[in-house]
Amino acid sequence: MTKSSAAVSVRDLRKSYGKLNALDGVSFDIERGETFALLGPNGAGKSTAIEILEGYRDRTSGEATVLGIDPGHGGLAWKAQLGIVLQSTGESGNVTVREQLTHFAGFYPNPRRVDEVIAAVGLEAKEKTLIRKLSGGQRRRVDVALGIVGNPALLFLDEPTTGFDPESRRQFWELIRSLKNEGTTILLTTHYLDEAANLGDRAGIIAGGRLIDIGTIDAIGGADARVPVVRWVERGVRREQRTSQPASLVAALVRENGGVELDGLEVVRPSLEDIYLELVAAYEHPAPEPTPVPDPTPAPEPVEGPDPSTSSATDLSKENAR
Amino acid sequence: MTAITIPSLPAGRTLRLGGSRIVNEVRAYFRQGDSVFFTFLFPLVMLTIFSTAFSNQSFGTDASGADVSAATYYLPGMLAAGLLLSGLQNLAVDIANERSDGTLKRLAGTPLPVVSYFIGKIGQVLVTGAAQAALLLIVAGLLFGVALPTEPEAWLTFAWVFLLGVTTSAVLGIALSRLPRTGKSATAVVIPITLVLQFISGVYLPFSQLPEWLQNVANAFPLKWMAQGMRAVFLPENFAAEEPGGEWNLVGVLIALVAWLIVGLVVCRLTFRWIRKDS
Repeated sequence: MTKSSAAVSVRDLRKSYGKLNALDGVSFDIERGETFALLGPNGAGKSTAIEILEGYRDRTSGEATVLGIDPGHGGLAWKAQLGIVLQSTGESGNVTVREQLTHFAGFYPNPRRVDEVIAAVGLEAKEKTLIRKLSGGQRRRVDVALGIVGNPALLFLDEPTTGFDPESRRQFWELIRSLKNEGTTILLTTHYLDEAANLGDRAGIIAGGRLIDIGTIDAIGGADARVPVVRWVERGVRREQRTSQPASLVAALVRENGGVELDGLEVVRPSLEDIYLELVAAYEHPAPEPTPVPDPTPAPEPVEGPDPSTSSATDLSKENAR
Repeated sequence: MTAITIPSLPAGRTLRLGGSRIVNEVRAYFRQGDSVFFTFLFPLVMLTIFSTAFSNQSFGTDASGADVSAATYYLPGMLAAGLLLSGLQNLAVDIANERSDGTLKRLAGTPLPVVSYFIGKIGQVLVTGAAQAALLLIVAGLLFGVALPTEPEAWLTFAWVFLLGVTTSAVLGIALSRLPRTGKSATAVVIPITLVLQFISGVYLPFSQLPEWLQNVANAFPLKWMAQGMRAVFLPENFAAEEPGGEWNLVGVLIALVAWLIVGLVVCRLTFRWIRKDS
């Protein structure tokens, strides 16, 4: 596959502000029609990366193409193919929802119908309301509507559902799935890992300006990170154990317990959120090198997944201390 | 897979979108209560105050010996102040706010041409400035009994002084919008500038009564020339004697306003950015 066929292609992207390396050599591709979730803690470089791709910031070095064009030199025809939902907006909003959408639709050569967009974000009842009179979540829906009204080939969503109630978030997910079905390529950043898991085809995790993992949603973190966890309560103490044979473990535990049901039993497959937290924690507190140099301070336990073959139960305090 | 092709945009959209921006801008302007008061109605309020406060005073006599009322005397200054407020003050504050609140960033991410954005802003100033001048003339004529000129030449002068003045003022407002660092500080930065200009340019105080050095300072700025142009239209011919040099000097008005228009355009071209990159 040639580079020009990817919707977004990034190679060794770097951005420094003085001595701070906001992006320290990031590479990834987003194929056409794909939904790619960029995850990472605050200040990790997600927004810097997305704003370079949107053409808002210049990169320090590295290569980037967005729809085959260098985003540092994208013209109006290039912008007409993009939909951008920025992270935060605070415009005075002295126009109504319908006025604003109709106005913005006019900027694009092949816009969506305004009625359809208003319905898609669920603002039919508010279409004649001034934007400044809407609630935070409703204004965010206007942002999303403005991002899709131009019928973009590539949609950037920078934390799109901040301030949404759970029901609005589900509606928004439906909207994004319908855009995916129409072939829209989507680059999403979000703090909601369930959102990334529900919408994303692949995810990249950024921490400290580096891409620490990338892969399909169901493979990220590697197979080890996905080993199920069995949790139960034994004599008032919460226990947990990771095993690739959870059913056998539960059967063995019940046998040991004299055939009596276990208290607080659950078998959990780590969610994307669990895996993400482990990856980021492992990056921020790397395991000490296996060298004989003694460390005077007790290093925090790495929160890596233990070997699946191990059978020793671990205390939950570590888990909770995170 | 084939390489991605970006379809080109149809021609002529810059003007069409400029028109669409004007509609959007004018609509938003009149929904913003504070801008309507401080830029749109302010000259009318001042004209009312001066006309009422000095209603018993004579501001000189015309060629036939009739008294010139306060309303007649202050009308040209208020029209000139309206040009400055509707153009420079309004746009400098408005665009600084739009830079600060994310409006410009959002527009920067769309295929809206910068020129269309400027057409929208200048069009908004033309529409609101014309409505403001019309309101001033109607109130002055009907409420305060100002005898408006009847000669077509006077209205022709009014037309070009208005159009050139309002355009120059708008362009300078766009240029000045770079000065405030945040939207919150915009009024604090811009209003003192326009207020001082109004005091030294013969809007509130008779220009002929200012010391010569202050007149020279005012000569360097456009408001003095707008006010002078408006006086040439609305004051009796014999008032020209009080002007510097004893004449209306409309050629000077033309030169000063065109020069400031060019300065404004150059500054806009050099400094206007949708967003401050990497700030």
